[in-house]
Amino acid sequence: MKSFKQSFLALAAGVVMTLTTHAAETVKVGILHSLSGTMAISETSLKDVLLFTFDEINKSGGVAGKMIEPVIVDPASNWPLFAEKAEQLLAKDKVSVVFGCWTSVSRKSVLPVFERMNGLLFYPVQYEGEELSKNIFYTAEAVNQQAIPSVDYMLAEGKKKFYLLGSDYVYPRTTNKILKQYLKSKGIPDEDIVEIYTPFGHTDYQTIVAAIKKFASAGKACVISTLNGDTNVPFFKEFANAGLTSENCPVVSFSISEDEFRGLPAKDLVGHLGCWTYFMSIKSPENTKFVKDFLGWVKAPKVSGIDYTVSGVDPKGRVTCSPMNLSRMGVYLWKQAVEKAGSFEVDKVRTALIGQKFKGPAGEVTMQENHHLVNNAFIGETLASGQFKIIKTLNGVAGEPFSEKFLGK
Amino acid sequence: MTSFLPKREALLVVIAAFLGLVVLPCLNAYVPPDSAFHVSNFTLTLYGKYLCYSVLAIGVNLLWGYTGLLSLGQALFFSLGGYALGMYLMLMIGKLGQYKADIPDFMVFLEFPARFPATAGLPPHWIPFKSFWFAAAMVIIVPAVVAYIFGWLAFRSRIKGVYFSILSQALTYAATLMFFRNDFTFGGNNGLTDFKFILGHEVNSPVTKRWLYIASGVLLLSVYLGLRWLTSTKFGMIQRAIRDSENRVLFSGYATANFKLFVFVLSAIICGLGGALFVPQVGIINPSEMGPDKSLEAVVWCAVGGRGNLLGPILGAIGINSLKSYATHAFAEQWPYILGALFVFVTLFMPKGIIGLPEQFRELRKKLFGKPAAETGPVAQPVSPKIP
Repeated sequence: MKSFKQSFLALAAGVVMTLTTHAAETVKVGILHSLSGTMAISETSLKDVLLFTFDEINKSGGVAGKMIEPVIVDPASNWPLFAEKAEQLLAKDKVSVVFGCWTSVSRKSVLPVFERMNGLLFYPVQYEGEELSKNIFYTAEAVNQQAIPSVDYMLAEGKKKFYLLGSDYVYPRTTNKILKQYLKSKGIPDEDIVEIYTPFGHTDYQTIVAAIKKFASAGKACVISTLNGDTNVPFFKEFANAGLTSENCPVVSFSISEDEFRGLPAKDLVGHLGCWTYFMSIKSPENTKFVKDFLGWVKAPKVSGIDYTVSGVDPKGRVTCSPMNLSRMGVYLWKQAVEKAGSFEVDKVRTALIGQKFKGPAGEVTMQENHHLVNNAFIGETLASGQFKIIKTLNGVAGEPFSEKFLGK
Repeated sequence: MTSFLPKREALLVVIAAFLGLVVLPCLNAYVPPDSAFHVSNFTLTLYGKYLCYSVLAIGVNLLWGYTGLLSLGQALFFSLGGYALGMYLMLMIGKLGQYKADIPDFMVFLEFPARFPATAGLPPHWIPFKSFWFAAAMVIIVPAVVAYIFGWLAFRSRIKGVYFSILSQALTYAATLMFFRNDFTFGGNNGLTDFKFILGHEVNSPVTKRWLYIASGVLLLSVYLGLRWLTSTKFGMIQRAIRDSENRVLFSGYATANFKLFVFVLSAIICGLGGALFVPQVGIINPSEMGPDKSLEAVVWCAVGGRGNLLGPILGAIGINSLKSYATHAFAEQWPYILGALFVFVTLFMPKGIIGLPEQFRELRKKLFGKPAAETGPVAQPVSPKIP
């Protein structure tokens, strides 16, 4: 009997020890991207690249020796559900950091939750700025890393008339407001700037394209487009039908990356421009490796180092794009900061994040005190393959969320 | 209790109310967090949200289950109530927004000060919402007025059945598009968020959240009892008669359009109240909450829970939303299939929903063993053709 009791105790102790050592070896990390609903088409790719990055990091020893254990939730493109899931990740799962959100409204929905519970969120998608939370790190392009370089390029190309066309929500509204002020400061008169918004899912672009044609008839005109998602298909079709081309009136789109071309016909956009801090076509050893490894990973997705099954990864026609690259940069910056701080505590990691540098596929990025990156920006020309040919590189553009700072007011 | 509640049901209501309104909040407030009996703030707020959804489901069911009007636009009234209180909450942020301005952030970046110079950027119709009581009145009045106008037009023209459903869906869709527009002055796509204070209390503090939860529970309880009473009166009988055979009621001398209009307005008010309590608890209201899909979700809750009685929608709303909260976390990638399969199953095999299950089992037993059932299910009351 005694021996039974002893062996039982030993067994129990063993179980407790394995449990604790197991727990000590992993660190929980939240992924807060919509996997269903309207945003799933964009956000699923970010979930994939995050799992890929966790796999990369776990293979090379983890974060401060701990294996990353992903906790995936699906906020289902529902903004109140984003707040609920964020709180669940922080309160119930006690994750050390969350990578997530695509739309601004989802970020606005979770922001109070992260501030109240002192969580840490990395946000990877170009956005309108005018926000700075101590609990959010924006690896995303700020307006001055995407919109301003594009407009500068157009001005250098001799364009004098600007047609600002966007979907009616906060990102286009704010970006265009900033661009208008910027263009005015560059001597473009009011009558040569047009600002138009169309609702989500708008399909009838006849009137607008006719107006653009008239606007561009005297030459030296361009369109700055912040149209989102599906709306781009009818717009570019109508644009081509009206005889407008990238020669007589180029369009710079801020919301179309390589990943969007999986669902958009690239042939209608050939020659038009995009501007991001990363393109899949960048030639650097880091990018070659990233693209090759990621395309290999999606065929047999897994997260090394932990007992975890990855499901729902579509291996067909995969590409990499800027939001994906910036998601991955976020993970590496966080890893470095944790290792520098020697702790997973949010307050310590936050301090350690400032000044972190990482050499990624698009060159070196640095996290600034304003929680935005110093990053290289690229202007690319759309090819029929859905890729971009890089035509201009701007090195080391420091992201700045507040427009009055870079507009110099 | 009162005559409209059978003793057994009254006892159940008292127990449920005691558990929900007293025990749960106490477990949250007084039991230390490391105890197994502690209810976390997260869980309590989650239940608060489900209670608000239950109120919405009851509103849908009052129309669908009791009056035979399948409205696919009740989320509109829910959101209107939410927006009305949300406007008050936005104005209470004060200078704590990103821009440290007197007006809400979205008004700053949309350049409202230039658009409404006379009121320092605040659109005139926003000004009275600085008062909580005005906002609270609007929570009731706005949905009621919208429902009255829509209902008056629809019922007067004898729009019925599927046409009514389609029109109600069109109404809520049109409203969504309107609210999406930034020029409409209600925050566009982002809607209203980042609330700080309600009646001088921090909206996100555990104490406030607890009271909001209790308020939601009290609302649900009063709506339940109120409607339980209403549906047990002669009015309720006429309501069900309209559902079963409107023409007979009409030819018996009742102005059915007026009855339907009253029920429609009442349902809108109930939905609006649910929305108003929903907003401070989840912290955001935006146009996608009034989309037709949200209204459809509420209809699904009723169908799953069982329509035509008051408990079904509550069970449906709490059950499905708990399942959704659980599955979007535990089965993040498969949950739409799980919920979809459940809905298909309920439609095919459980026409009366969860609440109809005991009756279904009794019938099944009768069929299998040929024995007459020990108890009989509720028999539909014959409608009295008396003219008031």
